[in-house]
Amino acid sequence: MENIAALSNEQITRDLLPQKFGRRGMIWTGSLIVLCLVGAYAYYRQLKYGLVVTNMRDYVSWGIYISNFVFFVAISLVGSLITAIFRLANVKWATPLTRIAEIIAVSAIVFASLIIIVDMGRPERFMNLFIHGRIQSPIMWDVIVIGTYFFISCLLLYFPLLPDLKILISVKEKTGKALNKLYRFQGSFWKGTKAQFRISDKAINILCIIIIPVAFCIHTVTSWLFATTYRPGWDSTNFGAYFISGAFLVGAGGVVVAMYVFRKAYHLDKYITPKHFEKMGRIVVLLALLYLYFNINEYLVPAFKMKKPEEAHLAQLFTGEYALLFWFAIMIGMIIPIIMLVFTKGRRPLPVFIAGVMVVIGAWFKRYLIVTPTLLHPFLPMQNVPESYHHYFPSWEEWAIAIGSLSGALLIITLFARIYPIIPIHETITEQHEEVEKK
Amino acid sequence: MSCNCGGNNCDKNSRRDFLLTSLLATAALAGCSDKKNPFTPEGEVIPSGEKVKLLSVDGEIIEMDKAFLKPVPDLPQLSNSEERKGIAGKKFVMVIDLARCKNLGKCREACNHAHQVHPGQNWIKVLGMEDSDHTAPYWQPTTCMHCDEPPCVKVCPVDATFKRQDGIVLIDSDRCIGCRFCMAACPYSTRVFNWEEPILIKEVADDQEVVGHHYSCETSTPQKKGTVGKCDFCPDMARKGELPHCVSACPNGVFFFGDMNEDSVTNGAETFQFSQLIKDKAGYRLMEDLGTKPRVYYLPPVNRSFPYESGLENEKQEDKKAN
Ligand code: SF4
Ligand code: SF4
Repeated sequence: MENIAALSNEQITRDLLPQKFGRRGMIWTGSLIVLCLVGAYAYYRQLKYGLVVTNMRDYVSWGIYISNFVFFVAISLVGSLITAIFRLANVKWATPLTRIAEIIAVSAIVFASLIIIVDMGRPERFMNLFIHGRIQSPIMWDVIVIGTYFFISCLLLYFPLLPDLKILISVKEKTGKALNKLYRFQGSFWKGTKAQFRISDKAINILCIIIIPVAFCIHTVTSWLFATTYRPGWDSTNFGAYFISGAFLVGAGGVVVAMYVFRKAYHLDKYITPKHFEKMGRIVVLLALLYLYFNINEYLVPAFKMKKPEEAHLAQLFTGEYALLFWFAIMIGMIIPIIMLVFTKGRRPLPVFIAGVMVVIGAWFKRYLIVTPTLLHPFLPMQNVPESYHHYFPSWEEWAIAIGSLSGALLIITLFARIYPIIPIHETITEQHEEVEKK
Repeated sequence: MSCNCGGNNCDKNSRRDFLLTSLLATAALAGCSDKKNPFTPEGEVIPSGEKVKLLSVDGEIIEMDKAFLKPVPDLPQLSNSEERKGIAGKKFVMVIDLARCKNLGKCREACNHAHQVHPGQNWIKVLGMEDSDHTAPYWQPTTCMHCDEPPCVKVCPVDATFKRQDGIVLIDSDRCIGCRFCMAACPYSTRVFNWEEPILIKEVADDQEVVGHHYSCETSTPQKKGTVGKCDFCPDMARKGELPHCVSACPNGVFFFGDMNEDSVTNGAETFQFSQLIKDKAGYRLMEDLGTKPRVYYLPPVNRSFPYESGLENEKQEDKKAN
């Protein structure tokens, strides 16, 4: 943050205060709301007629709801990467990115939970999970770790927000009455005393430490939903690590995209600098290489042996029905971003943003490829079922719900940035002081 | 009780007992309907004010209004916990003789009929198998294997799929949340899902024997939207001392059903010593390597009664029906 040093506290505060939506912000938010409503309508139809409105059938019994769920869980992992790992490693440059990462994590985990309820045949029996729950089922493990992760992530979002709330309350004229009430409700007990800071710092440190194993758990357990079955393509001991590396990659990609958008929309050029993109670019390359490594593991080893049940599955991915999608996901999810980002020139803001978008899109399709094609290759031949059971392509209701959930997650992030400063004001000021002192 | 209806008509005390104790040996509740609020009794039953004392199976005296008593035409209704336990002293087993199958599909028909399976779906599939390019094709009726190490039971988060002491794996559609994890976990792809409100085809709807009773895990009917279903080894028939529907429906005697503890299996016409039969005919189980330990044994398709091709005709018709 080379140029922040020259800024006064007032200037920083003014720059970072949440801003009202402009015309583009209005259109953006409006479209997200419309997409959510379309999704809600599709879900209403699903509740009314049953899961028959989807194109899932007895063989492909999990479809894009589940792959979307995996995607959400994956992207939510980034909260722990940027906030916790960087904080514990004392990486100072990442401070402006922590809140972006945390809100992505929280909104993604909210929609991961919602989408899993959408996938249930009897959502009204949700409470059975608590009444009759059995700990031996990986679904229960998922319920437990996702609940825990959500809780910790919320706290990690909230605690660092407290000093900022105090600042927000103090500039009442600028934020408006209704918001001020909210800030007061959430943060008026925070006086900013030394003792309070000490408690808060300690709490944040503890949370940062425990969120790392929990974050590893959420995605490992999610991968076990697949790996604990016998199906070719899922029956792999590589799955936990494979999923986690993929999750870090898509999460970092998501942060890069969000950084760029916020920087443009809120004119934060002074706070999110090319240096940040350069560093995040390096991280994305590293993670993409790691993910590529696990992909090679995941496909090359079974392909070398070509066991009979695996054969049909792999052939379909490499050269068959799903080949186009498969190579597309590999190329834009890993190869092209790696090539772009290894060069210094490729790590300027715009190319990094483009690479981030590619990573995220590639990751979404990758999840789809992990879930669906496997189910089309059961051990026993698919017979004695209607022709439609032999294929799967999501119905419009499934698309609408999937897109609605993605929009919902973006909506949460957008509204959050409307209400709270997306870059921590207090921490930025403190860091600026430290910088000045050093000089 | 698997059905908690009649609530606000019983007085409070007896209702509590009623829900807690298991079955009433002499009485069953009238007027169950699971679509409505379970505590709103159906129509006509008006408490008479006249109480009767009854002995529950676990030896408690309970009191209830006479108006709720209804003579039981058949067997007494079982409580859910009774159904989850299974039939004491039994270990059910099935043997399927591949040498006798010509893909008539009578088993499938009878099963679908008795269990009100959704049109197009099947609990029993008769698969046309060919293990490799140059080996002989054969017909393989495939049911739930009622695995002794059932992957489906392991993954179910709410104990809606469970293993009973008599070896049967059942589903409680009143509890199933429809997550379909069990479908992904079952390597035999035997499970089907009620994607929509159950549809009864006309012949089933007309059959009062089959329709009309309220839900039980043992009959697996009526089917419920948003829950899974699969072959249940017809424990309701076993309780009556009768054979599963597929066994009695097959004119070629392909299916044998019996009890491992008694070491005997029968297809209705012939009875064999189970262990001897498996030994003599080199019986085997499907996907032994997965360690699921199925309770369904197959006898290899040697010295066949029918050529494979004779079953192809039925296959075409079945395809037409399915689509
Ligand atoms: S065959 Fe499938 S459904 Fe039946 S017990 Fe085994 S795993 Fe469960
Ligand atoms: S679909 Fe029903 S029976 Fe199957 S695992 Fe889920 S809750 Fe259990």
